[in-house]
Amino acid sequence: MGTPITTTDPEVDALKAGDEQTFEALTRRHSAAMLRLAMAYVRDRETAEDVVQETWITFLRTLGRFEGRSSLRTWLFGILANVARARRRRESRLVTFTSLLGLGGTDSRRPTVDPARFASDGSWRTPPPSWSALPEQVLESRETLAEVQSAIDGLPARLREVIVLRDVAGWEADEVCDLLRISAGNQRIRLHRARSAVRQKLEDRLR
Amino acid sequence: MNCRQVVELMTDYLEGALAPADRQRFEAHLSGCDGCTEYLRQLRTSMALAHRLGEEPIPAALEAELLEAFRHWKTG
Repeated sequence: MGTPITTTDPEVDALKAGDEQTFEALTRRHSAAMLRLAMAYVRDRETAEDVVQETWITFLRTLGRFEGRSSLRTWLFGILANVARARRRRESRLVTFTSLLGLGGTDSRRPTVDPARFASDGSWRTPPPSWSALPEQVLESRETLAEVQSAIDGLPARLREVIVLRDVAGWEADEVCDLLRISAGNQRIRLHRARSAVRQKLEDRLR
Repeated sequence: MNCRQVVELMTDYLEGALAPADRQRFEAHLSGCDGCTEYLRQLRTSMALAHRLGEEPIPAALEAELLEAFRHWKTG
């Protein structure tokens, strides 16, 4: 006897019933992070927007298969990663070999802070200049935010996908490991390298 | 534990992934080191700023296209 698959997720049920407000709420909640994640895989903003759109359409088409084994957003971002990677493969002739392999600054044994900033005993020679004297408006400014964005956009894909999911989208570590199929240790290494790079870009900017 | 080592452990620390003994040594270092305390504060600030990127609205045109796609799916 065929039992219809039911989920316990009320948002899924509302979507299946065609509720527009639920759809709008979902797209508002997730699309900014989706755009940033798409930018980790494709070259430009316009293509990233295409990827986000294609993701939502695929999401709606496959909603009937969603069984609630993963969270709705893991399902959604899993689709996004597939769509974006497929798009990148199509573009790959245009992408440099280095960025395709995710090389360039991802050697996990390399220190994240310039070794020249430490004395021979490992203590700071050039400590980070304090930000506490900066006016609030500077840290909160559009320019500072734009610097964070460009720092993230400049990271290799394998670092970018982790910092976008963890810090931009606010996911838990476990969920990111599931989605990207990486170990907890690897996730932390990538996250640390990404965060360190963003902090350094800000230090350069705010000096 | 020196500063050069401590900066590399900061994400492990924030993630609660340090062994208890390492965590103690990390915190002991931090309590006596202004440079590392500031570095940790800056990492946290960077994380908070990154989070704000996720709160930015998407372009209105894209939002309209998505709604259009939803309506199409609903009737299709």
